[in-house]
This record gives sequence, C-alpha cells and structure tokens, in this order.
Amino acid sequence: MSFSNSGNTGGETVIPSSDSPSLNGVTAAIDFDEPQKSYSLLPKQNSEVPGELLEVAMGPHHPSTHGVFRMDVVLDGERIVKLKPVFGYLHRNHEKIAEGTSYLGSIPYTDRLDYLCSMSNNWGYALTVEKLSGFQVPERAEYIRVIMAELTRLVNHICLVGFLMQDMGAMGTPLMYAFREREKILDLFEAASGARMMCNYLRFGGVRCDLPKGWLDEARKVVENFPRFLDEFEALLSGNEILIARAQGVGVLGKELAVNAGITGPMLRACGVNYDIRKVDKYGIYDRFDFRVPLGEHGDVFDRYMVRVLEMRESLKILKAALRDIPEGLIVDAKAKSRGLRPKVGEAYGRIEGPKGELGFYLISDGSANPYRYRVRPPSLINLTILEDMCLGLTIADAVIILGSVDIVLGEVDR
Amino acid sequence: MLGTGLIKGMAQTAKNFVGSYQGPERLVTVQYPEERLAPKENARNFPFLVFDGDDAQKGLRCVACQICEKECPPKCIYINKSKDKKPDYIGKPQFYPATFDIDISVCMSCQICVEVCPFDAIKMDKVFELSTTDRFEALLLHKTELAKPNEYFQELHPTEAAEIDTRFAEEKLKAEAKAKADAEAKAKAAAIAAAPKPEPAPVDGSIPTPVAPKTI
Repeated sequence: MSFSNSGNTGGETVIPSSDSPSLNGVTAAIDFDEPQKSYSLLPKQNSEVPGELLEVAMGPHHPSTHGVFRMDVVLDGERIVKLKPVFGYLHRNHEKIAEGTSYLGSIPYTDRLDYLCSMSNNWGYALTVEKLSGFQVPERAEYIRVIMAELTRLVNHICLVGFLMQDMGAMGTPLMYAFREREKILDLFEAASGARMMCNYLRFGGVRCDLPKGWLDEARKVVENFPRFLDEFEALLSGNEILIARAQGVGVLGKELAVNAGITGPMLRACGVNYDIRKVDKYGIYDRFDFRVPLGEHGDVFDRYMVRVLEMRESLKILKAALRDIPEGLIVDAKAKSRGLRPKVGEAYGRIEGPKGELGFYLISDGSANPYRYRVRPPSLINLTILEDMCLGLTIADAVIILGSVDIVLGEVDR
Repeated sequence: MLGTGLIKGMAQTAKNFVGSYQGPERLVTVQYPEERLAPKENARNFPFLVFDGDDAQKGLRCVACQICEKECPPKCIYINKSKDKKPDYIGKPQFYPATFDIDISVCMSCQICVEVCPFDAIKMDKVFELSTTDRFEALLLHKTELAKPNEYFQELHPTEAAEIDTRFAEEKLKAEAKAKADAEAKAKAAAIAAAPKPEPAPVDGSIPTPVAPKTI
C-alpha cells in the first residue's frame, strides 16, 4: 500500500499521477459551441486505460457524511481520481432571514448554525453587534462567556473524536464514552440557559441571565473530572494500532495550501501553522489566561485528532483559571438594549476562534432595526473546500475519515 | 510490540463496563418512562400564559400589547386585541387578547417572547411529551390551552415567580395607597370647594396692591 499520490510535500495542487492520462483531458479548453451531452464528472476516457472509471454519488443520505452532504467521487478501482463535494441540502436562508429580523431575533438563529456549539456562535454574533453599537461587556459576563465558549470547545472536540472513530469503524464505544461526558456539560448549559443545545444565552453587552446558585461548583466538579476521562480516552485510542494505521499519513494537507485556501482552526494548526484567534485578536479577556496552542507537524488525520485532544487539555486550563477568578457583579451592560436596537450607520466584522475555526460575522447597519447585510463566515464550509486535494489517490474508506477529520456541521456549511 | 495499544484499549473498555455497575460516574442514564430526572429550574420548552385568580380567561395577565408577536423570530404567535377593556390586577382597565394562538410546530423555544414581555404574562413551560397524531390543529394552541395558573408557574420557576409576586404585591399596595390618597385628596378638594373662602386679609403698606379678584 502506498500513499505516494497524496504525499506531496508543499502545497501545490495535487495531480494524482502523471501516468493516468485520463485526467489530462480535463485541462483542455472547453468548447462552448459543442452541446454538452449530459452532466457527468467522468473525465474523458482514454482507450489505453484498462478498466473503466466509476462514478459514485456518496450521500446525501450516507451515515458517514455527517448530515445531508454528497460527495460525487470518481473511482479508478478503489482509488479516488476526482471528488466533488455537493452541499446545499440543508440551506435555510439564514442570512436573508436575518436581514428581515431584528438584531435580537437573529441570536436564536445563530444557535442553529453549528448546532453543536451554540454558545460560541452566540458570542461571534454578539461580538459583532457590540463592535457596531459600542456596548461594553461587564467583567462577570466576560468570564461567563469564556467559560461557556471553552465548555463548548470541549463538547465539540469530544463529539468530533467520537464521530471520527465511528467513521473508522469503532462502532459506538468511543462515541458513547464521548457522549457520556458531553452530557455532563450539556446539563450545565441547561442549568444556566434553559436549553441543552439551542442555548440562546448571550446578549449584546453581556449574557441573558445570571448563573443559578451552585452552578459554579457544579462546573468546577465537571472540569476537575474531565482530565481523568481524557486520560482514559487517550489510553483507549492514541496508542491504538488500528487508529494509527488508518490515520497516519492519510489526508495530508500542506501548509501553503492550507494557508492559501483560508483554512482555520484545528485543521490549520495540525499543519503546523501557529494561528489561533484567541492569541491573535485577544478578543474578550483571553489575554488574561495562560494557555498554549498545540501544533501538528504532518497535517494528516492523526495530527488533527491529536491537536484536538491537546486543545481540550488547554481548554481545561483556561476553564480552571476562569472558574477560580470569576468575580461578582453585573452581567449585562447597563446601557445595552436588546429590543429595538438601532445601531448607527456603519459596518463591523467580528470573529472568534470557534471550535471549528474562524467564525466571523459581518454586519452592515443602515440605522434601521434590521441589519442591511448579514454575512456569516462559516469555518466548516471553508475548511471543506480542500477536501478533494486531501482525498485524491486515496481509497474511498480514507475519504470518509478525512471528511470526519475536517469536522463539518452541515447546519453551518449550508446555513 | 504490535497489539499493546489494542490490549490497553480493551482494558479501558473492561474498566468502563465493570464501573458502570458501580457508580453514577460511568452509568449516567436512567430508565426513562419509569424513572425521570427532575427538570432544571431554568429549563424551557414552549410558552404558556399566566393567569391570576380562579378564572383562567378573566385573570390573564396578558394585555394584548402584541410586543411578543412582533419580536417572535419565527412569527408563531397570533394575537387579536379585544375591543373592550377589563380591569387588571391593580384595577386598571386594560385590553385583553380576544384570541391568542401559538403554533408550537413553528415555535423554536427561544424565550424571546418571555424576555420582551413587560407584564410577565408569558412564561416558558417544561412539558415535553407533546406528541400528537394531528400535526395541524393539535399543535396550534389557543388561549384556553395556553392559560395556566400562577401556582403552576410558581412550581416551575420558584425563584423567578417569587420575585415577580413580591413586585406585583408591592405595585398593588402602591396602587391601592395611591387610589386611597387620590380619593382623600379628591374628598378634601371637594370639601374645600364646598366651603366658603375667607376674605383676603388687608395688605399693609403704602403702595396699593393690584386689586385682588374677588371670588364669591
């Protein structure tokens, strides 16, 4: 078995192999006068190639595609020679709806972008509106936000690792362990915000309601017990020979390609690029916490797995410090108003380091009660664009785990 | 050695399996329909309308101001304002909702209606076993189905309800005191108006004052 096709050093676009002339036909200029016979991804067949290429539509209802997502793959035997991601099955018109809704009314819709991490999505949107309208966030609310965002990161990464293992064929066990721990964090979310997943907790200039009595102690207990679970999880997985055989050297993504394609988040850091918006932007109060940014080396699936596990450990450090230092006080800016907010004319781009990458919101205000333009920069979608480059030359089973390691949520990809 | 990782992993699964018989740390599930976890105080599902007193329709706190209808992001609240008014908890005449419907097949449980309501009239329920065989009429809740007594709300969200109740009681006391004071003032004014006013006292000094208009 050789992965020579994907083992390209550097970041040039992957050309599967020079000895498959079937692909070279694609580069020929398109003749627009010639009527297109039918839609097909199949490259022109060359009579010298033995056997036939097979086109397979993987999805939209396939258990490994994490939702309604389709990969049109062209296979030569079991090797992928072409892959086209097709999405839009879950399109819900989020951006256009937000242009017709008040600023407050969009917060519950942001929950439904990346439905695993609603708290971070709320933060990204609230941050942008705060930039636009100039609200100051009180100290206690800042701490609550950091705590919620880091808990969300734990939830997201633990789910991702579970699902990745499920994709590799570890049916159930790691995923169920992951969900068991996630449940404890979701209970915390429910106690604070009222909902387990669609939290709708953050408000412009603060948070909606104060933490209930005893919540901080509960959270401390969860955070204290989490490293033990992580150790177990790593003992179960990190040294596992099957995982290593499946993940190492698969889906290699070069540094240059990753940067050029705008990849962010753990995907980028697994390639060895040190870029974390918590460190770069220092939004909120992240400059007060001491944490490190784990980096990968090879940019393969295993590195992406490892970066996420290490990131969880760093998140726990932040959480411990935040739960220790959280002060009493106001939870929302006294000047802030959520209903009937009319920011002055202007535009703002707010971004946060979501668990999946840079989550950005771009807003233009024309002084009315609705945003004139509302745009989301979804990390899942942009991280998905280089899927073909990572999959070419590998088998279809590898494409499944590469997709799993990209960490997409279709709610965010399609919006 | 090849296979040690696998064996280590198997040891972990064995640990988890045995551990699940020993403590709630590793076995977190309950046998749902028979056993139930107590709901969290903040938990929310779908909105309901709070009423005071015994009569569900007369006691509704809602004054049909329609703020929730406007602010609802998926627009699932439908209100028709009444033509006449009825007294609210402090005796002030207010409009009331002639119809108040919530389509819970559209509602996304975001709690924004609760947040924006200035009268604490709409609150979040915790009932979640709502499956029906009819997805149209049965999921469009009317005023009669939505109205629930304040005691129910106190049970669901004790902290919040206690705070609201004390505020309402204070307001009521204030309103009563104000009404009493108003009544007294009115009676006084009436008494003053009824009594004949005394002649203005003669003003000392050389400069003659402008002529005071003579009442009565």
